[in-house]
Formats: sequence, structure tokens, C-alpha cells
Amino acid sequence: MKGKGWERWAAVLMVLPSIILIAIFVYGFISWTGYVSLTKWASTAPDYTFVGLANYQRILFGAGIETQRFYIDIRNFVGFTSLFLFSCIVLGFGLALLIDSRIRGESFFRSVFLLPFAISFIVTGVVWRWLLTPGTPELGSTGVNKLFEYIGLGFFKPRWFTDPTVFYIADNTALGGFLNQIGLSFVTNPNWGISVGTFSLVLAATWQLSGYVMALYLAGMRSIPHELREAARVDGANEYQIVRYIYIPLLTPITLSVVIILSSISLKLYDLSVSMTGVGPGFATDTLAFNMFETTFKATRFAQGAAIAVILLVLVSVLIIPYLRYSLRSETTQ
Amino acid sequence: MTTETALAREATTEVAGRRGYFNWWRILLYAIAIIFTAYYLLPIFLMVLTGLKSYNEINLYEMWSLPRQLSFQSFIDAWVGSPSVAGLGRNFVNSLRVAIPATLISAILGAMNGYVLSKWKFRSADIIFPLLLFGMFIPYQSILIPLVTTLNALRIGGSLEGLTFVHIVYGIPVCALIFRNYYATIPNEMIEAARIDGANFFSIFTRIMLPLSAPGFVVVAIWQFTNIWNDFLFAITVTNNPANQPITVALNNLAGSFTVEWNVQFAAALIAAAPTILLYILLGPFFVRGLMAGSLKG
Repeated sequence: MKGKGWERWAAVLMVLPSIILIAIFVYGFISWTGYVSLTKWASTAPDYTFVGLANYQRILFGAGIETQRFYIDIRNFVGFTSLFLFSCIVLGFGLALLIDSRIRGESFFRSVFLLPFAISFIVTGVVWRWLLTPGTPELGSTGVNKLFEYIGLGFFKPRWFTDPTVFYIADNTALGGFLNQIGLSFVTNPNWGISVGTFSLVLAATWQLSGYVMALYLAGMRSIPHELREAARVDGANEYQIVRYIYIPLLTPITLSVVIILSSISLKLYDLSVSMTGVGPGFATDTLAFNMFETTFKATRFAQGAAIAVILLVLVSVLIIPYLRYSLRSETTQ
Repeated sequence: MTTETALAREATTEVAGRRGYFNWWRILLYAIAIIFTAYYLLPIFLMVLTGLKSYNEINLYEMWSLPRQLSFQSFIDAWVGSPSVAGLGRNFVNSLRVAIPATLISAILGAMNGYVLSKWKFRSADIIFPLLLFGMFIPYQSILIPLVTTLNALRIGGSLEGLTFVHIVYGIPVCALIFRNYYATIPNEMIEAARIDGANFFSIFTRIMLPLSAPGFVVVAIWQFTNIWNDFLFAITVTNNPANQPITVALNNLAGSFTVEWNVQFAAALIAAAPTILLYILLGPFFVRGLMAGSLKG
């Protein structure tokens, strides 16, 4: 709409308060955090003495506990994200196909599958912590382990998030030996593994968010023209081929959104770890976001916390900025 | 003749065969649907089940057994509190006192921003809109330190008003996005017709856009209310006095306390989840529309 002169001013004035707030509270504050990360501030009293990149150096290349914890968080992020993406995409896509196959009561099933999305991570964490509390050998199993007992799987007694084990490719295995030979010996190390605790977090997070993925896929499936499927059927395609050659290619943009949104959720994961497992044995269920919060507000090492926050922001931006550009561009070409 | 019958028979067997296959396939689909219904409802079922048991039936090793007599004691303890821990009742009220005003103001700001961004694209709007949207994806850890410092300087740190303000500010991007996409569906011809009748910038907003905005307001309200109610990070950072904490923080404290029985924790978790579950059950379709907007698929 092109208006008279005053109307253009009125339009700008109407959005100006919001723009100013975002400019200050998002961009101003990000710069401020960036500046804090270059200072000495390490107690409740602010100290803006400039120290350059020292905080980043200590986190990334130091020899202390903060460096160890940082790389464990990265390891946990990689492990968690791969399992979480895999389970949410498989489950979300599968359930969307199920709902799309016009079963009776589809709106009931759809609502049930999406219900956990309305609940906070804190509630999810509290409930799943008790569901995954393994019990003791003396007194018997509790939680889901008890359910395994009821259905005759009593021998399966995982210790869930209380298990400090980290799965990794050990030196003395065939694969480990091979990796050592080709010069990848750094991989055969618990820092490149996946902690058992991660599986518990994945289970709870998948419970909460797979329905959301289903809803996104379902919306995509409903927008595939019916004629396309009918034409394929007339040409003799079976259901598997329709999914493989029509659904999956046409739903690629949705899969891309899902990968980006879920990865950014897992980078920011904090509430679930806090309420469900804490940092876990040997930081098995720690996350970068959790680390930032504890470093800043518990240990009051503000500058170091700010440095972790900046690293976190960079990682999220690498995912989100290309995605925003892509989304907005496809919007204008529509 | 014989070939014809053979063909006909083949056709019938094929149909019959397919129908048989079809039935088994359907039964399998329902079985899968029911298994996953159990998976998604199990934690909620367990919360209700535990909450309804009387105290002498509370036994971690009998977690899954049905209550022999009904009792609401766990819910009462979770709400009112016990000698060892404060109840969640006041925190429930705190959450309402933050979520309701923040949701209302967010929705009004969202309608204003959405109106301008969809119908009065000024120069540089193409630069400002992506910058605005980026604000909804940032990890809030990257603004927490300045946020706490600023709120304290403004003397609203630690208060419910401070937390309400924070939710309004960081809700601006998503609300603008939802309203922008919603207003984009209102045809421009309608506005042009009104302009010919002499309507201006403000009267178009108040007489045309707002009367058509009810569904947009519902979507934004549900989305914001749910997000604010479920928020933990801002709540724990901004409010450190237990009397001022929203329910998610109180629930986390209660669950982390070793003196609180697990049945009270479950009852508390159910109380904390109830308002958003209720909204979802009552207004599900609007909820789904907000969710689509949240992933930029308007």
C-alpha cells in the first residue's frame, strides 16, 4: 500500500517501538555479551578490564576442567542431535503416514501424538526422571524397567541416566585398530563417543517433539495434490513406491526445516537436562546451554559464561541464518 | 468362453486377495496407532494414577498398580505445601500474573507490527523483517547477562513485572510473524476499496483489519500463553525470590528436593501441565496454526 506522506510516517511510527526494543534487547545485548566475553569479569562485581580473547583461549585450548567440559558438551550435542533427529524424523514421518492413510479416529490419534508438545520441558523432565529411574537389584525395578518385567523382558535392566558408561570405538577392536592405522587415532577415545545418559534425554525429548515433526510432515502430505498419487497408482506404482518416489522427494523442504529447527532446539537444550538428569555422571548429560548458565550464574564467572554464550550463538546462527534467507526468498518467489 | 471365466475368476481372486491383504494391513495400522497412543499417554497416565493414590499405597516398586482407594491428598499437598516444602499454589498464580498480561500486550503489538509489515511495507522493511525474525531463534543465553544487569538498573529485576516485560520483548518477533502471515490473507482489493471511500491508515486498521483479526488473536494468544507458561530459562534467571517464581521454577525446585515424595512431585507436575493441556484440548486447531508459523511455514 502506498499512502499519503503522513501515512507512511504513521506506519513507521507504529512499528518503531518494537524495532527499538529488538534493536536494544537483541542486538545491543548480543554486542554487550560479546564485550563481556573479552573482559576479566569473574565475580558478582562487574569487572570490565579488557583481556582480549583469553576467555575463548581458556575454553577452547586450555588444559583445565572448563576445556574438558566444553568438549564433552560438544560430544553430547553431536550424539544427542544425531539420535534425536533420527528418532523424530522416522517417528514423525511414520506417524504422519499413518494418519494420512485415513484410519478411523485420525483426529483423536493426531491430537494424542501432538499433546506432549503443549507441555513444558520441566514437566517432561520430572516425569521421565521417575520413569527412567532403574531401581536397585536388591529391592527390584522401578519405572519402565518394571514395565519390561511385566511383559517378560525382565532381563533388560538398563541403568539409564545413572549409567556413566560412554560408548566409543576402542583401540583394541578391529575398527579401532583400522582407524589407528589410517591416522585417525584421535577418534578412538571416549571424547568421540556417546554417553549412555544421552539415550535417556533422547527418549524424553522424542516423546515431547516427535508429534510436532508429525504435524509438519502431515501438513506437507496434505498439500501434495491428490492427482499425483492417483496418476502414480494408475501407472501401477505400489504404496511403497508412492512414498519413496513422490512423498519423500516432495517433502524434502520439510525435512530440511525439521533438521534445522530440531538441531537449534538441541543446541539450546537446557530445561530438560536440568529437571531430568542434572549434568549427569562425568557430564554425561550436560549441554552447552547448561554449562553457560552454571558458569555464569552459579560459579559467577561471567566473562567465561559470556564466551560460551557467544560460541553458542555462533553455532545457532550457522544453522539459522541460511535457513531464514532460504525461507524468506522462497516466500517472495511464491 | 473358458478364457473369459478364467479371467473373471482371476479378477475376483485378486480383489478378494487384496481385500484380505487390506484387512490385515488395516489391523496392523490400528495396532501401531494404539501402541503409540500408549507411548504418548503413558507419562500422563502415570501422573494421574499416582496423584489419585492414597499415601499408604505410595510405593515406588508398585508404581503401576491401580489405586485401591481414591485420594486427592497428593494434589492438596502439592498445591498447599507441607512442613518441608512450600506449595505450588502461589507459583501457579504468579505464572498467571505473568502470562496473561504478557500475552495480551504481545498480541496487540503483534497486530500492529503485522499490519504494517504486511500492508504498508516501508523502505528498508525487507532488511528489518529478517533482523526481527532472527530474534526469535537466538539462544537466550547470549543476552542473559546484559538482561539481568539492565533489569536491576531499571529496578524491575526479580519482580513479576520485570519477567512480564521480558516475555513481551522477546515475543515481538513471533507475534509479528503470525499476524503478518495472517493479514497477508486479507485481500488488498478490500483495502483499496476502503481507501476510495476515504479510509486512512488508522481507520483501515480499526475498521477493517481488527474486526477480521479474531482468529489471528486466538493463534497468537495460545502460542504466547503456552510459551510463557512453559518458560524456564527467563523465569529462573530473572526471579530469584521463591515467592515471585513462576510454576516451572517452583516445580523444578520441588522435584530437586529430597524431602518431597515422588507422588507429590507427580501431582505438582500435573498441576503445572494442566492449563496448557486444557488449552490444547479446547483449541487444538489454533494451536497447530501457531506451530506452523513458529517454523516459518505460514
